[in-house]
Amino acid sequence: MIHGLSVAFLLTSALTVAGALAAALLKNLVHCALSLTVTFAGLALLYLQLDAQFAGLSQILVYIGAVAILVVFAILLTRGAGIPEYRGFSSSWLAGLAIAAAVFALLAWAVTKSLPAAAASAAAPAVTVQSIGVALMSSYVLPLEIVAVVLTVALIGAVIVAMPEARVAKSETEQGGAK
Amino acid sequence: MSQQASFWNNLDQIFVLLQHWIAGYFPLWLQPAVETILAVVGIVVTFPGIFALTTVLERKGLGRMQNRLGPNRVGPLGILQPVADGIKSLTKEDIVPLSADAVVHFLAPVVLVVAIFLGYAVLPVGRNMVLMNMDAGLLFFFAIGASTELSIFMAGWSSRNKYSLLGAMRAVAQMISYEVPLLLSSVVAVMITGSLSTVRIVEAQSGFTGWFPHWYVFTPWGFAGFVLFVIAALAETNRSPFDLPEGESELVAGYFTEYSGFKFALFFLGEYLGMFSIAGFAITLFLGGWGAPFSFLGFVPSWTWFFLKLLAATAFFIWLRGTLPRLRQDQLMNFAWKFMLPMTLLNLLVAGAWRFLGDGWPRWAICSVVLLLAYVLLGRVLMRHQNLGARSYRYAE
Repeated sequence: MIHGLSVAFLLTSALTVAGALAAALLKNLVHCALSLTVTFAGLALLYLQLDAQFAGLSQILVYIGAVAILVVFAILLTRGAGIPEYRGFSSSWLAGLAIAAAVFALLAWAVTKSLPAAAASAAAPAVTVQSIGVALMSSYVLPLEIVAVVLTVALIGAVIVAMPEARVAKSETEQGGAK
Repeated sequence: MSQQASFWNNLDQIFVLLQHWIAGYFPLWLQPAVETILAVVGIVVTFPGIFALTTVLERKGLGRMQNRLGPNRVGPLGILQPVADGIKSLTKEDIVPLSADAVVHFLAPVVLVVAIFLGYAVLPVGRNMVLMNMDAGLLFFFAIGASTELSIFMAGWSSRNKYSLLGAMRAVAQMISYEVPLLLSSVVAVMITGSLSTVRIVEAQSGFTGWFPHWYVFTPWGFAGFVLFVIAALAETNRSPFDLPEGESELVAGYFTEYSGFKFALFFLGEYLGMFSIAGFAITLFLGGWGAPFSFLGFVPSWTWFFLKLLAATAFFIWLRGTLPRLRQDQLMNFAWKFMLPMTLLNLLVAGAWRFLGDGWPRWAICSVVLLLAYVLLGRVLMRHQNLGARSYRYAE
C-alpha cells in the first residue's frame, strides 16, 4: 500500500496507463483503438471505485459503446486497416512532447491545488442518480437544453450530409444524355 | 397454518438460505466474499443450463414448425443432444486462420461471454435474489450491453475474412441503430417507477387490483413500450427476423465464420445468454419480474415465476424464428429510424402524460388513442414510400 492507496486503485490505474501506452505505441491502428478502449474501461472502473456510479456507467456507455465503435469505423472506412503501418516517431514529436508536458503540468497543478479543499470536506456527500437527475432538471436545465439543441442540429446535419442527392444526380444524367 | 406459510416462505427463499448456510461454515471476514462467489456460481451454472435446454428445444420446435422431426437420436427423444454437441465442440480442432490477428481473434469470444455474464449481475431472478442491487442497475445493464458490440467487431475484423468483416459491420450498425429504441423504450418504466434500480422497478409492479397484477404491460404506455422493447431486443441479440449479421445464405456465418471448436460454441453461448438476459430485463421492466400473474398464486416461489416467464419468452423467440423471413438491410434501418424511434419518443410523452393526468378512465382513453393513432399513421401513411413492402425484380417478372 503506497500512501494508503488501495490495491484495487493500483491495479486499475496500472491497467489504464498500460492501455494508454499501448494506444500510443502499437503499430496497428485497430490495435491502438482497442487499447484505447481498455483505457476507457480503466477510467470507468476508477469512477466506480469513487462511488460515482452514474459517471462510471456513462463512461462505459458513451466511450466504449459509442466512441470506440466510432473510432474503429472511422479507421476501417478511411484506410486499409489490414495493413499495419509503421512510421516510427513522427517528425513533430518534440512539439507533441512539449504540449503533453504542458497539459500534464496544468492538470497536476490543478489537482495539487484542489487537494487541501477536498481534504477539508471529510464526508463526501452521497450522490445518487436521482440527485443528478434532479440537478439536471432544475439548476442545469439551460445547459441541458442547449446540449440537446446542439445534438439535434448535429443529427440533422449528418442526415443531410448522408442524404442521396437524387435531384442533382438526375439533372446531371439528363445533361449527359443531351450531349 | 403459519407452519404452512413458513414452508412456502422458506421455499421462496431456499437459494438465499442455502447461500447463508454454506457461508456460515466460513470465518466471519470471509463470509461476504463467499456469498458473492456462491451467487456468481449460481448464475454461471443456471443460465448455461437453460442454454443447453434451449438448444434442443429450439431445434425440436423449429423442426416441428418445418414439418420434420428435429434431433431424436441422442438419448430419449434427443434430449441429450446438448451433451453430444458440447463434447463435439470441445474435441474439435481449434483452427485459427494463418492471416488472422491471433490475440484479438482469441480475445473476442472471451470478451463477449464475460460482458454478457456481467449483465446478469443486476437481474433480479427472485425475491432477494439479485447479485448487486445497484442504484443505477438498468444503466449498468445497458452499458455492459453496449460493450458487446466491440467484441463482435473484434471477431469480424481479426478473422481477416470478407464475410466476417461484412457480418461484423452489419452487426455493429444494427446494434447501434436498435440500441436507441431499446434504451428509450425502457425509459418509460424508469420514469413511472422513479428509479433505475431493477429491484425497485419489480417492487413497483408487485401490487394487485382484485386478481390482476399491476404489471406495466397492462397500461397503454407499458404495452407500447413492451412491444417496442421486444422488437429492439430481437435486433440487439441478432435473432430472426433481424439475423442479417449471420445470414447463412449470404455470409456463411457472419462474424464468426472463421471460428471453430469451443470458440464457436462460446459465440453460440454468448448469443443465447444475451437473449436470456435481455428477455429477463423485458420481464423485469414490463412483466412484473418475479411477481405472480394472479393474486391467489402469490404463494408459489418467486423464482419459479421468473424462470417460467423466461421460458415463455424463449418459446416466443423460437416461434418468431420459425415464422418470420429475414429483413433486408434497408428495411432494417428504415424500420429502426423511421418507425421505432418516433414511436419510442412519443411513448415517453405518453408516459409523462399518464403520470400527470391523475387516476381514472380519461388517462386510459387519451393515452391509448394517442398511441393507436400514432401507430396507424406511422404504419399506413408515413411508411407508404419507405419501400418496406415486397420488392419486384425486373428479371423475375
